[in-house]
Amino acid sequence: MAVYVLVRLLQGILLVFLMSIVAFCAIYAVGNPISVLVSPTTPQSVIDKVVSGLGLDRPLHEQYLIFLRNLLDGDFGYSYVTGQPALGMVLERFPATLELALTAMVIAMLVGVPLGVWAGYRPNGVVGRMASGFSMLLISLPPFWTALLLIIVFSIEARLLPTGGRGEVASVLGISSSLFTQDGLRRILLPAVNLSLFPMAMFIRLTSAGVRETVSASFIRFARAKGLSTGRILSVYILKNIVPPVVTVSGIIFGMLLAFSVITESIFSWPGTGHLIIKSIQTSDRPVVIAYLMFSVSIFIVINIAADVVCAVVDPRISLSGSR
Amino acid sequence: MTDGNDQVLSVRSLSTEFDGEDGALRVVDDVAFSVGRGEILGIVGESGSGKSVTGYSIMGLVDPPGRVASGDVVLEGRRLDLTDDAAMRKVRGNAISMIFQDPMTSLHPLLTIGDQMIDAILAHRKMPKREARSLAVEALRKVGIPSPEVRVRSYPHQLSGGMRQRVAIAIASLNQPALIIADEPTTGLDVTIQAQILHEIQMLVADRGMAVIWITHDMAVVGQLADRVAVMYAGRIVEEGPTQAILDSPAHPYTIGLLGSLLGRNRGKAELPQIPGSIDNAHRLTGCRFAPRCAHARAECEARPPMVEVSPGHHSACILATEQADG
Amino acid sequence: MAAYARRFARNRMAALGAGILLAMLFVAAFAPWLAPQDVYDLSTLDIMDSRLPPGGESFAGGVYWLGTDDQGRDLLSASMYGLRVSLVVALAGTTAALAIGVFFGILAAYAGGAVDTAIMRVVDLQLAFPSILTALVMVALFGAGLEKVVLAIAISQWAIFARTLRSTAIVERTKEYVKAAVTLRYSSARIMLVHLLPNSIAPLSVLVVAEIAAAISLEAMLSFLGIGLPVTRPSLGLLISNGYSYMLAREYWISMVPGAFLVLLLLSINLVGERMRQLNES
Repeated sequence: MAVYVLVRLLQGILLVFLMSIVAFCAIYAVGNPISVLVSPTTPQSVIDKVVSGLGLDRPLHEQYLIFLRNLLDGDFGYSYVTGQPALGMVLERFPATLELALTAMVIAMLVGVPLGVWAGYRPNGVVGRMASGFSMLLISLPPFWTALLLIIVFSIEARLLPTGGRGEVASVLGISSSLFTQDGLRRILLPAVNLSLFPMAMFIRLTSAGVRETVSASFIRFARAKGLSTGRILSVYILKNIVPPVVTVSGIIFGMLLAFSVITESIFSWPGTGHLIIKSIQTSDRPVVIAYLMFSVSIFIVINIAADVVCAVVDPRISLSGSR
Repeated sequence: MTDGNDQVLSVRSLSTEFDGEDGALRVVDDVAFSVGRGEILGIVGESGSGKSVTGYSIMGLVDPPGRVASGDVVLEGRRLDLTDDAAMRKVRGNAISMIFQDPMTSLHPLLTIGDQMIDAILAHRKMPKREARSLAVEALRKVGIPSPEVRVRSYPHQLSGGMRQRVAIAIASLNQPALIIADEPTTGLDVTIQAQILHEIQMLVADRGMAVIWITHDMAVVGQLADRVAVMYAGRIVEEGPTQAILDSPAHPYTIGLLGSLLGRNRGKAELPQIPGSIDNAHRLTGCRFAPRCAHARAECEARPPMVEVSPGHHSACILATEQADG
Repeated sequence: MAAYARRFARNRMAALGAGILLAMLFVAAFAPWLAPQDVYDLSTLDIMDSRLPPGGESFAGGVYWLGTDDQGRDLLSASMYGLRVSLVVALAGTTAALAIGVFFGILAAYAGGAVDTAIMRVVDLQLAFPSILTALVMVALFGAGLEKVVLAIAISQWAIFARTLRSTAIVERTKEYVKAAVTLRYSSARIMLVHLLPNSIAPLSVLVVAEIAAAISLEAMLSFLGIGLPVTRPSLGLLISNGYSYMLAREYWISMVPGAFLVLLLLSINLVGERMRQLNES
């Protein structure tokens, strides 16, 4: 198992490395990065100074090596807009995104999984059909539209919840999060619900399909032939069978959430990395964009590896050395 | 039929229907048979004969859109209500057990063998888990699984096909059932494994006097194993009697056709004889359901032929048998 | 074809969805003739008519059935044109993705060996990333604009097409007619194009529908964030974001009308796609 994780990590590092080349080429080799920083009326001498100051007059491969060396030092350059270290800006905002994504994930699972299990067990009942219609609806609604809807209903009309921003942060057991304050809870509710809609639909479909498949499986018939109670069959035999696919998908969904949070964060002014990347793209703040991309890719890889490992632990049929 | 005192299971007027687009289909139509202590009854038929559904019906395992329409089933002197799920659950895995085809799909892939066996015990008897576990180990040992204390912790995919089926047999016999229903348990298994399984079953019967219903399409297996045979076609029993009597002097055109197509009897022939036609739409007929494929079909076959005794204990539902019995 | 349509229509929700979809496609295709107002012609816009609620009367005396936005654009017409733009961009993107994906998929299936492995590695890599991330990368690197959005869609979708096609093609490749073609010494290109391709394409139909919906969604998201299509030819996403600033003034319709169009479009496509998948599986 350790070997497997190691191999995957190495593959991941290779991937990040490749990503860095792509990012570098695109950011520094395409277009004129200076155009953002200087106005058209700047005299050439000033432009030249800026160029040499940023090392942009050196040959490309030299620039890349400098770039790489800086990366390994943790130096992703400085934001064109704020002048702060790019990576620092990303890391600073990551906890907010993590908090939002985790909350959304929890909501999605708490609602989606039980609903899906019930729908799968009794697909033709009221719950079953409503659940499948509901999940189809959720997938079709674009997240920015649902955000608008939520804001209209809860913030503007009902005046119940604020429209944006993150709440106050409190520290419990060394972890600081806005979930621990009342103000924080009020503010995280709408964005978290909005973000949870898509994964919720995924969970409903996944668990209901899984349960439906399992119910008709012959080992369920054998279990009934043994005289087991419905309760035991449902809770152990059926549920256990859907855990592996749910776990694998959870990992992937969580990774997607980190990416999809860009919309929700933008609309609700949630100070996370998603909000940052959008602003950076709009202002062509390239160092921050690179920092965000490298960071996201790394996180993504780690999550995928973790999901695979958890899956292997839960399902004894999977052996990580490759033989199934 | 078997002697009343020794009867483990008596089935009369069993009918099971499936609701479909064109109305209800009688998949099991007025079936009657009985099994005695230490007796192996073979139920033989092709796909669509209703043999498996008969087994499920007795277990109360028929799911919608199917339902047991009628049935007078007596197990060890007690009447069973096949539609009362709560009552049937006490019987399933307890007084009557069932084993299925393909043990790989019968056992839950993510639970250990031990857990699945303990489940079967604890569903019907209260005892500490430890005790249940040792019972499980003993049962594994009885069916010839080596190192049962270790195997008890294995997962199904770690065992071979033959061993898995033995485990299934062990599970089935855990609660000392009076009757075991085996639904095609050796189909798809190696001949050698098949022989082992047959042997295990025979041991169970000899040791504990268990009754067995062996459902299969394979006449050859039935010939080796069963004491009595019931031949089913399109939901009805067309012939039943002692195995030897049926093999030596079959009294129904369908049985004759089945036996005629066995490899063993056709050595040296260029072509295997087949029963012409197919079973399609036979379930809708109210008269003799085999008539469309029968060389001897007559006008009288439009009425359902009654079961007639051809020789002691040997019955056939055919107009020819009726004539033979009368004349 | 007719038989398929009949089977399809047995599910009433799906039939409804198909009907709505066809209606929307019709509207999108003929928007310039159907829309009461040409929203691209600035001379037809009257700033005095801006921000009228649905059913409001125009200065000239007509009725704006779905209201107007801040520039005086009739929302019904703007949404029709927006529908058109959204659909065209999504279709362009998905078609490009399809072309790229099919090419690599067939190539991988036919060539096998190292080529196959290499292509599939790239596919796996691409599939590991959520489409929005890929789109963000594209836009971050190359800027916003029509071609970039189409490119972003194409790049984020080609991989799933490639993988699906390759799976089918690999199975087809073992079949007799391909072996016959090889024996007859047809050129590889011909075998791939004429023999393998047409027979491997069927399972893609359901996927294409799903991906078109995804493309529409993606473009809408990008445009909403201001990093997608330009303002001159607004798509539904842009219209929605345009109305966002008027929400607090409770002039919801400016966002909600194009929003409703978008949701209806996506819902109908998903209903149709789902039904197609159901029919495919049985």
